[in-house]
Amino acid sequence: MIKDITIGQYFPGKSLLHRLDPRIKLLLTVLYIVMLFAAKGFVGLGIGIVFLIFSFLISGIPIKMMLKSVKPILPIIIFTGILNLFFIRTGNVLLSWHFITITDEGLKTMIFMAVRIVFLICGTSLLTYTTSPIALTDAIERIFSPLRVIKFPAHEIAMIMTIALRFIPTLIEETDKIMSAQKARGADLESGSILNRAKALIPILIPLFVSAFRRADDLALAMECRCYRGGDGRTRLKQLKTSYRDYLSILVVSLFLAMVILANIYIGI
Amino acid sequence: MSIIKTENLCYVYGEGTPFKKTALDNINLDIEEGELVGIIGHTGSGKSTLIQHFNGLLKPTSGKVYIDGEELYADKSKLREIRFKVGLVFQYPEYQLFEETVYKDIAYGPKNMGLSDDEIDKRVIETARLVGLKKEHLQKSPFELSGGQKRRVAIAGVMAMVPKVLILDEPTAGLDPHGRDRILGLIKEYHKEMKSTVMLVSHSMEDVAKTVSKILVMNDSKVFMYDTPEKVFARVRELCDMGLTVPQITRVFDRLKAAGIDFNDEVYSCEYAKKLVLRLLDK
Ligand SMILES: Nc1ncnc2c1ncn2[C@@H]1O[C@H](COP(=O)(O)OP(=O)(O)OP(=O)(O)O)[C@@H](O)[C@H]1O
Ligand SMILES: [Mg+2]
Repeated sequence: MIKDITIGQYFPGKSLLHRLDPRIKLLLTVLYIVMLFAAKGFVGLGIGIVFLIFSFLISGIPIKMMLKSVKPILPIIIFTGILNLFFIRTGNVLLSWHFITITDEGLKTMIFMAVRIVFLICGTSLLTYTTSPIALTDAIERIFSPLRVIKFPAHEIAMIMTIALRFIPTLIEETDKIMSAQKARGADLESGSILNRAKALIPILIPLFVSAFRRADDLALAMECRCYRGGDGRTRLKQLKTSYRDYLSILVVSLFLAMVILANIYIGI
Repeated sequence: MSIIKTENLCYVYGEGTPFKKTALDNINLDIEEGELVGIIGHTGSGKSTLIQHFNGLLKPTSGKVYIDGEELYADKSKLREIRFKVGLVFQYPEYQLFEETVYKDIAYGPKNMGLSDDEIDKRVIETARLVGLKKEHLQKSPFELSGGQKRRVAIAGVMAMVPKVLILDEPTAGLDPHGRDRILGLIKEYHKEMKSTVMLVSHSMEDVAKTVSKILVMNDSKVFMYDTPEKVFARVRELCDMGLTVPQITRVFDRLKAAGIDFNDEVYSCEYAKKLVLRLLDK
């Protein structure tokens, strides 16, 4: 139970966003990203932000979860921000001190980029918060399945992802057990030089790999026993169906995108 | 003096999450040195959780654990020493084998203790003999052995550290009757030769009845009783109520008692039962 939460970051719920077809959600996320990057001025960007806040309110995801998803990328934002601020030399000079020159264009780019990255992450997190990993792989398989004509292995890739997701908790549990067992034999994982610590991992990694291969073997055998022959002619238990909700949401997102483009054309900033 | 002592030991998994689960509830124990203790209890009663407290793998949520009079977690730097003093063999220990040869795998624990090469060699040879591994097995890869042999290598890996307390979690799980008897036999032998304290978790009452000197019964995260096999198996009804069984022979004698043939004694081994029946027939 506990382990199920740690894979992906799915936050179960019953909101409109949760109920959308995962394929459509993927498409909408792509449109949203286009929206963010198409925006040339603050008005356009503002429209994108309004859209995200709107979807966020619908989703019922706690604000704390949202902030948590942004936290890991803060260093990147700060780093690119500093680069933009100090190295863009075009535009009107706002401040000049020794070798440091800050221009209004640099400042604008910094804020623009930071806001873009933050909302890009928020948007994609919203997708993973409201879609279970399995539904997501399903959607990926369906979206890419037309590419089968050019021999793109859509089904195989989706199957690999599904199996990987399924086994993450199992492997975490296994790692825990092996670590305890080796600690009981005096393995020292917490002290010593980096080299020694890396060496101390060997007694954990080898049994882990052995058991992962054993599991893979067993699973392959079990799948074969149940006549798994790849994706051809395979039907599915849960059919993905689009409904009026999905079309409506595409309409809404398209409207927002159109607004962004109009803002680009008619409003300069 | 008691070798293992716990005071109001409690342990909660996933504290502070919606999935929180009390696995140990106020455990007070006093285990004497040199005892061979069997731990029984239904699935999920907290046996594995309890034994992982005895070598400091799990930190009590509240309460204290004393090993040899020393409090665990009083000084964290001493934890590693405690693990050499209290050897723990996990369930299905064969999945922890990793070295190229059986010899090296058994030597892993003693090596971590910082023993000299001579001493390590002596211990590996000695424990390999004790668990019944042949000389030619020592240079083989552990992955080439059979399941039962792997199990014995894994147990030897902990025994080679010569811990003062040896704890085994279901050492006979998944073995055939013959393999079970051999493992139990070697545990008994180790107990006799090393004069150490041994604890084993088991689901088989027959195994427990014919091996141990004391039984610890766990029920719903609590200690139900800790006493000699006679006294524990005397409470047939209560044990059955918590989903445990008693040895078959005890059940037979319980039925006989109900049918009016009372031996006025608790029977949990076939040998003893034979003696009693013969004595009755002689009369
Ligand atoms: N890592 C864990 N996370 C959360 N809960 C756990 C964990 N390990 C055990 N538990 C829970 O703690 C309780 C006690 O588990 P424990 O493994 O000690 O039982 P056990 O007596 O050893 O059972 P078995 O005879 O099946 O091995 C169980 O209810 C179990 O669900
Ligand atoms: Mg257990």
